[in-house]
Amino acid sequence: MAGHSTAAGFPVGAEALGQVMPMHLCLSAEGTIIGAGPTLTKISPVPLIGLDFMLAFDLRRPGGIASMAELARHHGQRLHLALRAAPDTGLRGHSLPLDDGGVLLNLSFGIDLPAAVRQHRLNDSDFAPTELAIELLSLIEVMHLVLAELRDLNHRLQGAKSRAEEEAQTDTLTGLRNRRAMDAHLRTLIASGEPFGLMHIDLDYFKQVNDSLGHAAGDHVLQEVARVLAGTTRKFDIVARVGGDEFVVLLPGLVDMPRLDSVAQRIIDRLGVPILFEGQICRISASIGTTVSTLYASPEPEILLADADRALYASKHAGRSRATLHRSTG
Amino acid sequence: MHGLIIRTIQGFLRDTYGPGLWGRVARRVGVGPEGYEAMLHYPDDSAELVLAGAATELGHARETILEDIGTWLVSSSSGQPLRRLLRFGGVDFTDFLHSLEDLPGRARLALPDLDLPSLSLHEPGVGHYVLTCRGLPGFGHMLAGIVKAMADDYGALVVLDHDAPDPSAETINIRLVITDHAQGRQFALAGDS
Repeated sequence: MAGHSTAAGFPVGAEALGQVMPMHLCLSAEGTIIGAGPTLTKISPVPLIGLDFMLAFDLRRPGGIASMAELARHHGQRLHLALRAAPDTGLRGHSLPLDDGGVLLNLSFGIDLPAAVRQHRLNDSDFAPTELAIELLSLIEVMHLVLAELRDLNHRLQGAKSRAEEEAQTDTLTGLRNRRAMDAHLRTLIASGEPFGLMHIDLDYFKQVNDSLGHAAGDHVLQEVARVLAGTTRKFDIVARVGGDEFVVLLPGLVDMPRLDSVAQRIIDRLGVPILFEGQICRISASIGTTVSTLYASPEPEILLADADRALYASKHAGRSRATLHRSTG
Repeated sequence: MHGLIIRTIQGFLRDTYGPGLWGRVARRVGVGPEGYEAMLHYPDDSAELVLAGAATELGHARETILEDIGTWLVSSSSGQPLRRLLRFGGVDFTDFLHSLEDLPGRARLALPDLDLPSLSLHEPGVGHYVLTCRGLPGFGHMLAGIVKAMADDYGALVVLDHDAPDPSAETINIRLVITDHAQGRQFALAGDS
């Protein structure tokens, strides 16, 4: 590295060059490695001095560099390469011509830095003070910490959201679904095209229980009714309390009228059993109206509910404690 | 105020004195036992309220609690990630002291909304450093705890004293007695193994 034509050159010793560029290579005009920085020497499993650069390194990009003459055409451009003896550690850098016909390459780890640091157990002194390698590593660690914290936070928020949704869909007294949940399930069922039965249940004499024995007795009766409805329906049926003493049951896949009738009859029988509250006997019964989605060309939630309601009132008028099936799509 | 700061105080109290003490402090401050989230923001006086609650419950001075938090941040098992991040700043203890000036900038790189106090280091004599801290009142005490614990980490023996010449600036005098007093703890960029 003798004098230069435009600016004054200055001699740099191998050690100083190694400190400024700990990952440099000096090549002879023929392509023999005659100098290597300390960090590059450290990561190479084989001694580099004396090796042929083209044989020791795999030049990946730009493609087609297989000779010193081709390398010369790419001087100053970004090169992607790796040591053939350490192919996992990607390197990047550029080459520059030297006055004596040789070549100086300055390399770095680029984006493979974290893996290289791990694999080759590098430390601060392996990097030039100008490099931002340490900053990059510390940022990566901070990023992982922040991401973990955000993941935890999202997890906690997700849990709170599910609980809030669960609560928003549940009738707090009975633990059954509420009106909102039933509406949503009904819409989903219709949209899915799966046939289903819909049962509207109204308690008979509930008002009398409430008036004569008090609200605590009424609440107890409603909880008992919820237990009966859960016990007489299938796990995947939707049982909802939609009003003070009104319930709706959605029965996916069940449109067979005799079977629906027998489910309704079972509910009526079970609810006909007097309920005991603090030594007092509470007597209620149930009137039921039922319809099925297959009666409608294009089922509408409001129409199904209205038809089930009409059937329910037919049961009430016929003397209560009975079930009526909606028959026609009137 | 960044939740990370209050979450740190909460983490220290829960870790050091147990969930019972934290629950009592939380009740005093009027938050639930789940406390604060590190990635959310809270009113500016939140940290002072929590510190005042903890000082009353523990019967310790606020300054003592702050310094203990600094020590805990670096030397407890929960503090290991921070210790690593601080060790990235320097190969030896004096290098680390100089890197503290970059600390608010480094923090901003990762969390742009985290406003740490500005730090400046002066070297009035050989082995004598003065660290000035402006911004968050009391942060100097926490920093003193951090510097003391990091000195142990590097194996350096130091004498510290804290001073607040005016309310907006706190100074920490650091006298380096021996740089290689004891075997420091291992540190590898790639992670401790």
